Amino acid sequence: MAKELRLMKGNEAVAEAAIRAGCDGYFGYPITPQSEVMEYLMAEKPHERTGMVVLQAESELASINMVYGGACCGKKVMTSSSSPGISLMQEGISYLAGAELPCLVVNVVRGGPGLGTIQPSQSDYFQATKGGGHGDYKLITLAPSSVQEMYDFVKVAFDLAFKYRNPAMILSDGAIGQMMEKVVLEDQIPRLTEAEIIKKCPWATTGKTPDRERNIITSLDLDPARQERHNLKLQEKYKKITENEVRYETIDCENAEYIFVAYGTSARICLKALQLAKEKGIKVGLFRPITLFPFPVNQIKEMAGKIKGILSIEMSAGQMIEDIKLAVEGKIKVEHYGKMGGIIPSPNEVLEALEQKIIGG
Amino acid sequence: MAETLTKQDIIKDENIVYKKTGLMTDKVLSYCPGCGHGTTHRLVMEVIDELGAQANTIGIAPVGCSVLAYEFMDIDMQEAAHGRAPALATAIKRLMPDKLVFTYQGDGDLAAIGTGETIHAANRGENITIIFVNNGIYGMTGGQMAPTTLPGMKSSTSPYGRDIKTMGYPLKITELIARLPGTYFVTRQAVHTPANVRKAKKAIRKAFDLQKQNKGLTFVEIVSNCNSGWKMTPVKANQWMVDNMFPFYPLGDIKVDGELVK
Ligand SMILES: Cc1ncc(C[n+]2csc(CCOP(=O)(O)OP(=O)(O)O)c2C)c(N)n1
Repeated sequence: MAKELRLMKGNEAVAEAAIRAGCDGYFGYPITPQSEVMEYLMAEKPHERTGMVVLQAESELASINMVYGGACCGKKVMTSSSSPGISLMQEGISYLAGAELPCLVVNVVRGGPGLGTIQPSQSDYFQATKGGGHGDYKLITLAPSSVQEMYDFVKVAFDLAFKYRNPAMILSDGAIGQMMEKVVLEDQIPRLTEAEIIKKCPWATTGKTPDRERNIITSLDLDPARQERHNLKLQEKYKKITENEVRYETIDCENAEYIFVAYGTSARICLKALQLAKEKGIKVGLFRPITLFPFPVNQIKEMAGKIKGILSIEMSAGQMIEDIKLAVEGKIKVEHYGKMGGIIPSPNEVLEALEQKIIGG
Repeated sequence: MAETLTKQDIIKDENIVYKKTGLMTDKVLSYCPGCGHGTTHRLVMEVIDELGAQANTIGIAPVGCSVLAYEFMDIDMQEAAHGRAPALATAIKRLMPDKLVFTYQGDGDLAAIGTGETIHAANRGENITIIFVNNGIYGMTGGQMAPTTLPGMKSSTSPYGRDIKTMGYPLKITELIARLPGTYFVTRQAVHTPANVRKAKKAIRKAFDLQKQNKGLTFVEIVSNCNSGWKMTPVKANQWMVDNMFPFYPLGDIKVDGELVK
């Protein structure tokens, strides 16, 4: 049977994907450019489709802590927001990471700092990949560059979140969230029953039955030795994630002399820039990190031995470039080109930057 | 000559007049001697025990002195970020409507940093129970001023007494909560005498019974002491509470069956 095909906004794709992935609960607060996620969910009446709970919270503080409450019960729960709202959630995200709880947070990034702009940006890379809140922790971070990936990564993110008992983030941007593309929809995955949850998540607070000790979910341990052990365990987990979950895409990288490294919307701009470069006879490829944490360090390191230079394209002042430089270890030239304030660079500007900063520079 | 009684002679079922509920763990309470938290913990657990609801209850500990409530209560529990317990409870109850869900919070947690979550959970009429321990001070962090600190009352951040002009008024959050249509039963109790303990327990029982009937949010305030934060002996602290806290926070039901008590 042919798969269901639909024309959708990126934000709508996230919402539909959540319902079909068997999500138990969505808790959110409106903010542009991602409000369509909750609008779509409310219109779809997921409580009738699958029994999924959708609740408009009084703030992002409340929504992330609702996510925490649901995640403690082993439920598949999520929230979505955009940059200022995600900033407000950071304490809660840190608690989720500390208590080792699976959940999905979608950030449809807009320009900052402050109230900034409602236009697309990639200036939350540091916040997403370096922790964001307090303490030593990491979020599994996926960067979609199409509406299809907005859809697909919801299930991927939930699966990874539960596999590692860790919050996962989809780091998108206002352009991917707002634009419409064709999406292939997957079949409905049923929500887990309470018995299935108890089996899959024996740690969850589902009510203490006589056959087990009580389950406590906390991120607190006042004993320094135990708290250190807990931290070491978290670091061990992040190492495992780094070893096993790196995802990326390469385009025209085989015989390239230069490489664009870009994710999300910037990667799409680079695709067009690749065509323009080909017409000029410039051998450039695109390396697109799909997981930003774990970052494809080894892959970039290996590539660096075969090329002359890297241009990092980001809609920010240059954040991912720090990870690229760490991977390259000074072997070749790495420069940044990007726009801020909600401006998307044009393919021509990107190619020009390559010629000036890397080839000519 | 009559034989002397041994301990073993006394420990017999027929001699038992009082027993610790099985839902309190054997962990020694970390609260200061004389603190109301311990008694309040026990009452909540006795009620859950009497309802036979251990397997069906999920509790939420706050940030405050009772942050470690989960060490003493033998039920599944979650530890919330400071002030956010009602948000956790909202999600749990929505996702698992058959569970009994309660938060246990101090006044700083519930009425300062978590005011938003408290008001909105109440206003949505979430079917949860909130146990609110009001000791007029931030106990855990060392006796700073709370939203409930009385006018003129000394604390480490109001060392000359709470000055209403610059520090604002104490917040009667319970009266505020009672006015929201989402709440069904709102009461203020205390646990400093056996009579009060009995009344407080009845109120807690009622709150959980009503939760089972999905009547809306039920809210039990316990006006309590903080002898170390107030820098008084336990006995003096209780007397000070009777003389000063009760006139400002009068005990009794505030809302019953969804109607404000006249
Ligand atoms: C976000 C945040 N801010 C501040 C604190 C520090 N803090 C811990 S407990 C507490 C006050 C608790 O007072 P209250 O809720 O009245 O409970 P009590 O300790 O008196 O029982 C504060 C301010 C914290 N843990 N988290």
